[in-house]
Amino acid sequence: MHELNKNADRDWIKQRIMAAGLCILVVFVLLFLRLVFLQLIKGEEYRRLSETNCVRLKSIKQSRGLIYDRNKKLLVDNRPSFDLVMVLEDAASVPDTVSFLSSLINESYADLMDNIQKAGNTAFYKPVTLKKNISRDQLAIVEAHKFDLPGIHIEIEPTRYYIYPKMASHLLGYLGEVNREELQTEKYPHVKSGDSIGRYGVEKSFEPFLQGERGGRQVEVDVNGRVVKVLKTVPPVSGNDLHLTLDFSLQQMAEDLLKDQGGAVVAIDPANGDVLVMASSPGFDQNDFIGGISNEKWRLLMDHPGHPMTNKAIQAEYPPASTYKTVTAIAALEEKAIDIHSTTFCPGYYVFGSRRYHCWSRYGHGKLTVQEAIAQSCDVFFYQAGEKVGVDALAQYANGCGLGRATGVALDHERSGLIPTAAWKRSRYQESWQAGETLSISIGQGFNLVTPLQMAVFTAALANGGTLYRPRIVKNIKDSSGNIIKKIEPEITGGIPASRQTLELVKNGLLDVVQGDRGTARSIRIKEIEMAGKTGTAQVFSRKTGEKFDNKNLARTLQDHAWFVCYAPAQNPVIAISVIIEHGEHGSTAAAPVAGAMVKQYLGLSESENKTEPAGEG
Amino acid sequence: MFDRRLIENFDWGFLALILLIGSCGLVILYSAVSAGWQGTGLHYLFEKQMIWMGAGLVVVMGILVIDFRELDKLHLLIYALCVGLLVSIYFFGQSGGGSRRWLSLGVVNIQPSELMKISLIISLASLYATTVSPEGLNFKNLLKPAVICIIPVALIINQPDLGTGLLLLLIAGSVTLFVKVEKKVIFTLGGLLICIVPLAWIIGLKEYQKARILTFLDPDRDPLGTGYHIIQSKIAIGSGMITGKGFLQGTQNALSFLPEQHTDFILSVLAEEWGLAGCSVLLVLYFLLLLWGLNIAYNCRNMFGSILAFGITAMIFWQIFINIGMVMGLMPVVGVPLPLVSYGGSSVITNMVGFGILLNISMRNFSTA
Repeated sequence: MHELNKNADRDWIKQRIMAAGLCILVVFVLLFLRLVFLQLIKGEEYRRLSETNCVRLKSIKQSRGLIYDRNKKLLVDNRPSFDLVMVLEDAASVPDTVSFLSSLINESYADLMDNIQKAGNTAFYKPVTLKKNISRDQLAIVEAHKFDLPGIHIEIEPTRYYIYPKMASHLLGYLGEVNREELQTEKYPHVKSGDSIGRYGVEKSFEPFLQGERGGRQVEVDVNGRVVKVLKTVPPVSGNDLHLTLDFSLQQMAEDLLKDQGGAVVAIDPANGDVLVMASSPGFDQNDFIGGISNEKWRLLMDHPGHPMTNKAIQAEYPPASTYKTVTAIAALEEKAIDIHSTTFCPGYYVFGSRRYHCWSRYGHGKLTVQEAIAQSCDVFFYQAGEKVGVDALAQYANGCGLGRATGVALDHERSGLIPTAAWKRSRYQESWQAGETLSISIGQGFNLVTPLQMAVFTAALANGGTLYRPRIVKNIKDSSGNIIKKIEPEITGGIPASRQTLELVKNGLLDVVQGDRGTARSIRIKEIEMAGKTGTAQVFSRKTGEKFDNKNLARTLQDHAWFVCYAPAQNPVIAISVIIEHGEHGSTAAAPVAGAMVKQYLGLSESENKTEPAGEG
Repeated sequence: MFDRRLIENFDWGFLALILLIGSCGLVILYSAVSAGWQGTGLHYLFEKQMIWMGAGLVVVMGILVIDFRELDKLHLLIYALCVGLLVSIYFFGQSGGGSRRWLSLGVVNIQPSELMKISLIISLASLYATTVSPEGLNFKNLLKPAVICIIPVALIINQPDLGTGLLLLLIAGSVTLFVKVEKKVIFTLGGLLICIVPLAWIIGLKEYQKARILTFLDPDRDPLGTGYHIIQSKIAIGSGMITGKGFLQGTQNALSFLPEQHTDFILSVLAEEWGLAGCSVLLVLYFLLLLWGLNIAYNCRNMFGSILAFGITAMIFWQIFINIGMVMGLMPVVGVPLPLVSYGGSSVITNMVGFGILLNISMRNFSTA
């Protein structure tokens, strides 16, 4: 001890150590008193609570955001679904209860037990879903026998409901149950296993807005698992509603017109890029996906030759065929390969190298200006124009018109199409570009590929004087009380690389396609307004030159695709449409009437009231 | 040069106390991991914990070989190494549960923030040993310690691991107050804090950040998450009553009502199965452990050693206090394990390093240097 005393200056630190010891004592006494409080004073109460395990969490599912069309018509809603759940801990004997239940509601015992097995063995007190969306009859039976079914409950949860089955199915999309990997990515912080998330279409693209947040209750339950007291509630937060740019009545019309045929229709408002219609045929019923699609139905969809699960408006790539001649015309005019007055004589074929390239009209079109060549869709004229411009310059103009790149629509899996260049062919096939191939692509055949949406955006740009818009499908996102959460503004993505005179000239040609005496789509002309458009017939397989085909006897799947793009009214356009009918043979006969009927309805010119009535003549 | 006095002075009592608490911990852990687990033999988590404990004892022996005064000389190197590890997490870290706090070393994952606790205590002890006086530290004295403290705390809170960051601040704060700070300094800093906190609350924080802090302070605001966990924990503890439900008889435990029952909430397993009696025994053992640590600080004739011993005792104390307080609903819910009882390799090793240093100081207090 004297040794320490020598260090008199260390005494103060010793005092502090003793003070610290005192602090620790005080804290430990405090902790002990808390223990006494919990275990002695409230011990009985907690023992009782623990014996029935009666404080539990019940989750409250939120409503997913609704989806409306541009006229505030409700397209996608939620409906209550009555789900049969079971709390294993509360059931006297799980197999007995389940077997009694299965005999009552006439459901297979094995299926019900399967769902219990799937939930794993940790969830003694968590409700396990035995069957989703039971029928009213089953509900009544279960309710009547509820005291003989310990642990069995009915949960009412909002479930997605697509009001118009099969309509706009590709655009709206569908839901699917979240999987384990997705839960682990932490991309969906509010999603729990068993929840559904958007899998396709706007349901997927706008998932974060639509989702909302789950709520829940802390409840006290009795021995049978029935709620006796609600301790605390966290209300769920509904998802936000989407207001689409879609015009649903026009969409319905387009789908009715496509019926049974493969193909796609896209309509766009040229003023801002609003997507008025996006139809792909054949479609599917989104309601089939709710609560998990059955294997059988999924197989049917997958094996269907018409690819119903593909959104052909953005995912299918077709040769643009003669609709591409507008691009060739713009390129040739801008590159000064031709001018407004230059003419070409079409004898029905064009000889290049040692080969004859045929015009679709075997008798030829005679002498033509560019405007006449567009109206009559003369191949020979554009063979020569394209040849002068060359493949790479053509590609440059095509890219400028928004082709060969994705439009940027807010949907997954959009394809970008293909606009070939000499360099592309070299890297793809290790072959150099053949001059003859330039002739093919000048009329939109060969390697060229476009999507119906790209053609609609391009046509809308022709209509509005050259501005390319990103196709907009959602206008506003509002919360459940109607406040705007997010406004999506129109967005310009580029402009057609052409002078005003060039555009005017091309548009005059397009006007003549419908309004001119020799126009290829003159059959859809109406008296009230003028329309401008372009037909196209995309070859499905290449025919040998000069060989004759009896088209009537050709298998449907080998027949050509029919294209038609148009805008109306020609002078101040309010709608641009692109239509493709797979194996529809001719643009003028298969595709153009679809667009014509839609224009009439959109402008309020048609006898659209008559449409719904049964046809008079049998 | 081996000194026989090292063996003679070895603190066998302290080692025995550590082993006693560790054994109690294993018994509780056995019960916690056996819940709902069907099968024979030992649960793998239990076996892993035994291995960690064994490794911890090896670490303790390793530490005994080096004179603790070497740490005084090496403190900057250790500190730099630990900060380096913390920084490297940003590049090579393993994420889990929304934050990056692990470094993978092939066989094992380490948590640099755990090692940082020890390193910070060594650095602070080293700095304060030369500047302390009965009058207390002034602003100038506190500058260096403040910098040394803020760097790792910022790095850890950013991982984000708020719990460990705050724990580091609490340890540093207790060590600083322990070595005495001028009253003037305390009042100024305190006053500044009172001004800044409301200001930061109003201007600096976004709504969701405020909500998170409020929930942290008051778990009842999150009745479906931590609030529910606290209720279940309280039910488990209270239902143990005086003598408990018996070993392996806990129902809350068996039905997996308890969150993290083998790590942060392990005390509720003890309380449910062994009751007030069992908890009191553990509290007394912990109290003895802490007093023993303070006694080592008391008897050390070297200022560095005294502060170091105090710092490590403070580290153990805060973990015990925060963990037990949290499980009983007195404290915010932070991921702080219960020393020697909770499952977790990093925690076992860090605490064993701490105990090693305490034993080291204790056995070398005969020589003043």
